[in-house]
Amino acid sequence: MTTTLYVPRDAAALSVDADAVAVRIAQEAAARGIDVRIVRNGSRGLFWLEPLVEVATSAGRVAYGPVATRDVASLFDAGFLSGGSHALALGVTDDIAYLKSQDRLTYARIGVIDPLDADDYAAHGGWTGLANAAALAPADIVAAVTESGLRGRGGAAFPAGIKWKTCADAVSEQKYIVCNADEGDSGTYADRLTLEGDPFCLIEGMAIAALAVGATEGYVYIRSEYPHAFRTFSQAIDIATQAGWLGDDVAGSGRAFRLHARLGAGAYICGEETSLLESLEGRRGQVRVKPPLPAIEGLFGKPTVINNVVTLASVPIVLARGAAYYRDYGVGRSRGTLPLQLAGNVKYAGLVEKAFGLTLRELLYDYGGGSASGRPIRAVQIGGPLGAYLPASKFDTVIDYEAFAAAGGMLGHGGVVAFDDTVDMAAQARFALEFCAVESCGKCTPCRIGATRGVEVIDRIRAGVDRARNETLLRDLADTMIHGSLCALGGMAPFPVLSALDHFAEDFGARQ
Amino acid sequence: MPPATQPAMILKEPGLAPDARRAVLDAIEPRRALPGALLPILHAVQDALGYVPRDAVPLIANALNLSRADVHGVVSFYHYFRSEPCGRHIVQICRAESCQAMGAVALEAHAKATLGVDWHETTRDGAVTLEPVYCLGNCALSPAVMIDGDLHGRVTPQSFDTLVAATRSGA
Ligand SMILES: Cc1cc2nc3c(=O)[nH]c(=O)nc-3n(C[C@H](O)[C@H](O)[C@H](O)COP(=O)(O)O)c2cc1C
Ligand code: SF4
Ligand code: FES
Repeated sequence: MTTTLYVPRDAAALSVDADAVAVRIAQEAAARGIDVRIVRNGSRGLFWLEPLVEVATSAGRVAYGPVATRDVASLFDAGFLSGGSHALALGVTDDIAYLKSQDRLTYARIGVIDPLDADDYAAHGGWTGLANAAALAPADIVAAVTESGLRGRGGAAFPAGIKWKTCADAVSEQKYIVCNADEGDSGTYADRLTLEGDPFCLIEGMAIAALAVGATEGYVYIRSEYPHAFRTFSQAIDIATQAGWLGDDVAGSGRAFRLHARLGAGAYICGEETSLLESLEGRRGQVRVKPPLPAIEGLFGKPTVINNVVTLASVPIVLARGAAYYRDYGVGRSRGTLPLQLAGNVKYAGLVEKAFGLTLRELLYDYGGGSASGRPIRAVQIGGPLGAYLPASKFDTVIDYEAFAAAGGMLGHGGVVAFDDTVDMAAQARFALEFCAVESCGKCTPCRIGATRGVEVIDRIRAGVDRARNETLLRDLADTMIHGSLCALGGMAPFPVLSALDHFAEDFGARQ
Repeated sequence: MPPATQPAMILKEPGLAPDARRAVLDAIEPRRALPGALLPILHAVQDALGYVPRDAVPLIANALNLSRADVHGVVSFYHYFRSEPCGRHIVQICRAESCQAMGAVALEAHAKATLGVDWHETTRDGAVTLEPVYCLGNCALSPAVMIDGDLHGRVTPQSFDTLVAATRSGA
């Protein structure tokens, strides 16, 4: 009898030696004359448990982790292939509290299936949304996405259905679907998890978008920092094309959609949609002035839907289960689920896909388990490097786009980075502007020059030079950047700075 | 339109060794017809040679009907592309916030001190080039480091030394 084991092939799992663990398990099994099949799945997103090894038993999949190569022999001794008890045993995977309490919709298959096995994907509900869409009129696909309440998960939270409708209504021989997989925000990895762990889900979402707006070509722009994701996703495109989910006749619809993966080149600004389009066209990634909207004049001047990975990967379930199913999750105008990504100084960092509506505190403490260092969490940055730093007094803010805006923050792509009380918030403020200066596309002065000047002013403040006057100068500079920048890099980089000044003034030295 | 002198120039590109020239042409040929071919070509050149030699620019410009200034402008815009050769191995340390919260600043200082280099510099033995990177998507296992495209998580100064030693010895 062959026992099936799962050892993740996700880059994060590999970063803590999952490959070596897989090899060790195969060797040990061979030495003991035991027949095993090792599936290389994606990650469940419970990273403190990686490498998380699962065994298919009569009681379901049971988990062990974090497994090091030196643990492998003792796992065999303990009879882990039939779920035997061991210090690393975690019980039935689906019953692990962190996982069980989540609303895994977009990430339902992550860590469950072999990411490059299209049949495994189908066996877990894959391709149903696309098959349904192929039988619908394009306008009905757009209507389903609109009714689901799905908003863009890349940062700006713009309703996906409205964007699709604009593109669908544009008249053109050629239209494009572009997926923004630039995932530049620190503290985020949801896109990477999908690209590596459930790539067919993104492919399915893009094919549905193509049928909805009448696009025949698609591009996925993957950042160069993700070479592993690029390789996996490129393979997935080939497999899906061979299987007829992409190509000249998508899902038997009689319509064509060809998909291409492209690699970025280490520029944060290329996550901004118009800069990304410039980059895809082979130019410097400089931001375009809007209008025209990409939905009307996008890639190579043609109508283009550009959406984030998570947005597009959330579409298959909307088409498979219906708009109402998705919309019933969430609160207020934030419908469905958000894959939150816990990072930084927390004990249990990982992917938490939940319906909108839990509080930041629940996320940080019930899921995150508090800080990894055991010290108090002092500040949390949400929404990437342009997001405000929130102090403990704001931890009861509800995870909802509007509630976050009201609290002076933004959810962005859902990255949550915690810092303990050893953090120097003046240093964090300085970094925000240093980053802006490094990554500015150079098109407008407030961003290009302002960020560099801002760093200098913060240096003077930190050196104790004329605190009051320099703080005024810094706030003026921030104001100029906020109001005079063409895009959100220059326009939002001041937010972490101002939030640090407002909530953590003591870190900037005494006011004279 | 490229300058009229360009075709003659490519016949004898002074700075490119024959092997490198062949590598550049091999990178160009299968990709020149792609829509937006420039980035895929630059990636292929850098994959083959480790950098994009200045003398490759006219070849690429000519193939894509761009000016040299256009191509140079693109190479210089993107942090990932380099115009100079680098060490045999590339060590990228994440400088972004999640890694900062878990000790990346100390790791960075340790790396610079033990390697004896600053960002973008190469060790004297030519083995290692040190580069900053802003997030590797491994923020749940911060601090993160990438060595020659392989990701490492929860890197401490001690494990950094072990990783670099293993890289140097070709392990
Ligand atoms: C500086 C900057 C960086 C951005 N980076 C990303 C990114 O990495 N990924 C992303 O999906 N959107 C990013 N965005 C947002 C995009 O411009 C755009 O809103 C998004 O791709 C639209 O997709 P969505 O509606 O599905 O979110 C960025 C915006 C700015 C201003
Ligand atoms: S704000 Fe900065 S990044 Fe955005 S367009 Fe202006 S210079 Fe470019
Ligand atoms: S912030 Fe370092 S890997 Fe994301």
